Amino acid sequence: MLKQIEGSRAMAEAIALCRPEVICAYPITPQTHIVEGLGEMVRLGQLTNCEFINVESEFAALSVAIGASAAGARAYTATASQGLLYMVEAVYNTSGLGLPILMTLGNRAIGAPINIWNDHSDAMAVRDAGWIQLFAETNQEAADLHIQAFRLAETLSIPVMVCVDGFILTHAFERVDIPSQESVDAFLPPYEPVQVLDPRAPISIGAMVGPDAFTEVRYLQHYKQSQALELIPQLASEFSERFGRQSGGLLRTYCVEEAELLIVAMGSINGTIKDVVDEMRADGVKIGLVTLTTFRPLPMSVLRHVLGGARHIVVLEKSLSVGMGGPLANDLDSALRNLVTAPQVHSAVAGLGGRPITKSSLNRLFREALNGGWEGTHFLDLNMSIVGGEIERMRETRRAGPIAENILRGLAQRSALSGVMMERGNE
Amino acid sequence: MFQVRIHGRGGQGVVTAAELLSVAAFRAGKHAQAFPSFGSERTGAPVVAFCRVDDKEIRLREPILEPDCLIVQDATLFKSIDLFEGLHPKGYLLVNTRKSFEELHLEKVVHRLPEGHARMVPATELAMQHVGRAVPNAALLGALAALTRLVSLEHVVAAIRDAFPGKVGEANVLAAMAAHDALVRHDVAA
Repeated sequence: MLKQIEGSRAMAEAIALCRPEVICAYPITPQTHIVEGLGEMVRLGQLTNCEFINVESEFAALSVAIGASAAGARAYTATASQGLLYMVEAVYNTSGLGLPILMTLGNRAIGAPINIWNDHSDAMAVRDAGWIQLFAETNQEAADLHIQAFRLAETLSIPVMVCVDGFILTHAFERVDIPSQESVDAFLPPYEPVQVLDPRAPISIGAMVGPDAFTEVRYLQHYKQSQALELIPQLASEFSERFGRQSGGLLRTYCVEEAELLIVAMGSINGTIKDVVDEMRADGVKIGLVTLTTFRPLPMSVLRHVLGGARHIVVLEKSLSVGMGGPLANDLDSALRNLVTAPQVHSAVAGLGGRPITKSSLNRLFREALNGGWEGTHFLDLNMSIVGGEIERMRETRRAGPIAENILRGLAQRSALSGVMMERGNE
Repeated sequence: MFQVRIHGRGGQGVVTAAELLSVAAFRAGKHAQAFPSFGSERTGAPVVAFCRVDDKEIRLREPILEPDCLIVQDATLFKSIDLFEGLHPKGYLLVNTRKSFEELHLEKVVHRLPEGHARMVPATELAMQHVGRAVPNAALLGALAALTRLVSLEHVVAAIRDAFPGKVGEANVLAAMAAHDALVRHDVAA
């Protein structure tokens, strides 16, 4: 049924259609509306055979989900930012134990400085933790990915994280087609665990593994993720046959035919980039877009195939590996490693801590890449005068004070000044 | 595409106004996208919310930088922020106030817009009268339907009833209809 609803509500409804049996969650912005919606559905009896467990922390949320999953229940949780960091030990345990838990991550920056707005730092912080990570472009895809993700997780017994841009998607009202219960039931069979704690047939899960077998256990984790590279496109194509729309998959391409310049990005920013691609194509620029949906496992060979023929690639990402640059650009470099004529990879970091990414800034950035690009990592719309002022201050005095507070004070002075100018202008 | 930017203060239902507008447009068969300026939703703090309406899928996710219509829920904001940034030269302006544009020192801005595109409506008073609380959003959406014809009053009313079934919704519907009437009657008088 087509609805105009908040993204979080759409995801909650899609998750409920998947018949989760245990939901444990601790509130953190911008994910909260999703579990609030699910909690309400459980309370009102709209979501039956499901226990909603209020816990005291994120660490407990995922730990309870681990217990529930090990006992054979379809388990779900959601978090963001610092909440994910607080549960990170359990994040590794979930994947190490091979428990097919589904988690929504309402992507948000990580402090300090504290910031509730969107970027992909939280997802990147656990990119090596052994979870499958899928990124949604729209709220329709966010809803659909959850349905696909339960089946993906349970087929391979791997946990899956559905990454959804905080606020930009979670708090946006847009049209979403919520499928019927019958169609979701036909796509997603009941959970049949490969390992289960059952008093009638006791086993233990969570052995200590020494040097003699640890590599082999890890290798099999890696092997299962490589199986996901085959399963993900199959699920996306079956989903598209049943539900009549494209959602999920490894990656999607837009206007890549004979493209000299290809943009690679994840999440909701792909919509804005498509508009820029249309405008630049109309100007005769041979530009295209590759939307990466599956970040872990990274579809190396598909990326090589899709990107190999371009001259330039701009990797636009909402995350920064401090001291290195863009982590996704680094990953793509490795995907293109040893190609005879490898494209030039230009790394751009944008949208940190919720900084809006505008069409006009993207247009400038993409044209610059075609004109030879830049060295190292480009920070989109970086305010050099603020940065320069702070570097100067640090040079001048040893006790320069906290950087965040200094910058905020500088910004406040500037805006007060422009306020005075505005008043004068009005008079 | 038609883009609406709504300025107000936390507690005035700014975000809800954008969401309701998107639902009204959806009911009219259009694509719509509503989103808040994210974060500073403390009571009294300046808040901005956005709504885009189009006949095709809306992919753009940047904030609305060049609105076709500006709704100002709180006229005291004019003192602190440049609300008019990017307003389209043929755009619309709807201000919640009892004062005149002269009293608000807005003549220059209003003269730049086509005649009849800048209007005032005492939305807070209408809300107090019908809803009993200072929530001008529903009234302003009723006025918007009269000013721009982006959405019809019927669709605005249906969106309000969707979101707030029962007494609260009906009270807001009355406020929206009163504001709509106020603008239409003024048209006739002018």
